[in-house]
Amino acid sequence: MTTENKATGPVPVPQQESDFYWEKLKAHELWLRKCNETGKAYFYPRDISPFTFSRDTSWIQSSGKGTLFTYAICYTPIPRYTGPVPFIIAMVELEEGPLIPTNIVGVEPDPSNLTIGMPVEVTYEDITDTITLPKFKPV
Amino acid sequence: MKDVDAIYCANPSPLTIAEYFGITPKHTDGTSVGGSSFVIHVAHALEAIAAGRIDVALITHGESGRSQRSRPGADLGAPGSQYELPFGIAAPPMQYAMACNRYMHIYGEDKTRQAMAEIAVATRKWANLNEKAFFYETPMSFDEYHDSRWIVYPFHLPDCCLTIDGGGACVVVSPEVAKSCAKKPVWVNGAGEAHDHGLISQMPDLTRTIAHQSGPEAMQMAGITHSDVDLAMIYDSFTYTVLTTLESLGFCGPGEGADFVANQRTAPGGDFAMNTNGGGLSYCHTGMYGMFLLLEATRQLRGEAGARQVENCKTSLVNGTGGALSSTGTLVLGV
Repeated sequence: MTTENKATGPVPVPQQESDFYWEKLKAHELWLRKCNETGKAYFYPRDISPFTFSRDTSWIQSSGKGTLFTYAICYTPIPRYTGPVPFIIAMVELEEGPLIPTNIVGVEPDPSNLTIGMPVEVTYEDITDTITLPKFKPV
Repeated sequence: MKDVDAIYCANPSPLTIAEYFGITPKHTDGTSVGGSSFVIHVAHALEAIAAGRIDVALITHGESGRSQRSRPGADLGAPGSQYELPFGIAAPPMQYAMACNRYMHIYGEDKTRQAMAEIAVATRKWANLNEKAFFYETPMSFDEYHDSRWIVYPFHLPDCCLTIDGGGACVVVSPEVAKSCAKKPVWVNGAGEAHDHGLISQMPDLTRTIAHQSGPEAMQMAGITHSDVDLAMIYDSFTYTVLTTLESLGFCGPGEGADFVANQRTAPGGDFAMNTNGGGLSYCHTGMYGMFLLLEATRQLRGEAGARQVENCKTSLVNGTGGALSSTGTLVLGV
């Protein structure tokens, strides 16, 4: 089965330290890297903890729930983006702590529909056979 | 050109620039950390001269922001290409708008909006005094600012810098060489540089840039305080860049930027001269604006700024910001 290429921008090329992240997204799960020394989760996945330089790290599954940390609404077509405008770009603060860059979907792109701090949850968008993007929608 | 023994530039590479001009430098620096790069190059020239390595450094910039025929392709495996680009977080307007919206959430939307309008309108007034400025003959009222279209909410069109063709160069020489130069020297009295992230989603605090580190470093080296600054040249890729930078540099406290720039304080005739060339917002922005900060500070300190000359201009603080609010270079220049 082939998924139609629904990417509206460059399609990510997973790297060794992010293969697991993208494989889990394909299965519609969101996983984060965790620093075992500090107990803190972080994004994006790196083999070395950004807090301690330690390689003692693990993977944890995110609940996919969080709150809107900030957003912006793009009204102008931009290079290398082929989707419709306007659209919402955002950072979501996940329950586990880290910020994740994303799009807010399932809501008209208007500031009156968006409040920083509002609860959101992950929704998965399969853009190619192998790549699924974690997007978020209001709860 | 035969006196030049160091080449510093961001893009294209020093290899290209040196080859083009037939220069064989013995010191080179291709630091490319965004529009702040050229400000940082001055700091590096200072160090190389102090170490006795070189006498004459040439710092160059040229960029066809408007007419460019190609854009460099992205490395699709890089963190930005994996985690931000696929969502359309692809360029500075998107990155900076998200930082600005967070600032608005914390310090108040109306107050922040008014500050951004004050900065845009004041900067345009300076451009109206600079015959080289893109918007020299185009004034802008507060109503025109507020009625303008959205580019990326919360940025109106006049919150965003120009994207046009331009270039410039700056020569940094040893005090010995300066004695024989045709023009009177502008002294580099202090320098600081720093960066604290690459991607906007990795920025430690969206409301404060790392100028909070490079600024005090430069001012301490120069032995000045904020009240000694006659001219502030603050990188204005966006109105928000100015607001957060003034606070980060300590000209005012967090969230106090709106009061600081109120009542056209930074416009011609105001008591805080800032971005007197008309800035990246209304004079020229090529994509990497830092060189133009240096040029304007130098012209003002030499008394060559014509209709927009700041009276008795002895000390200028220059702060470049590059990347996604990622890097800063701060200089204290004086005569």
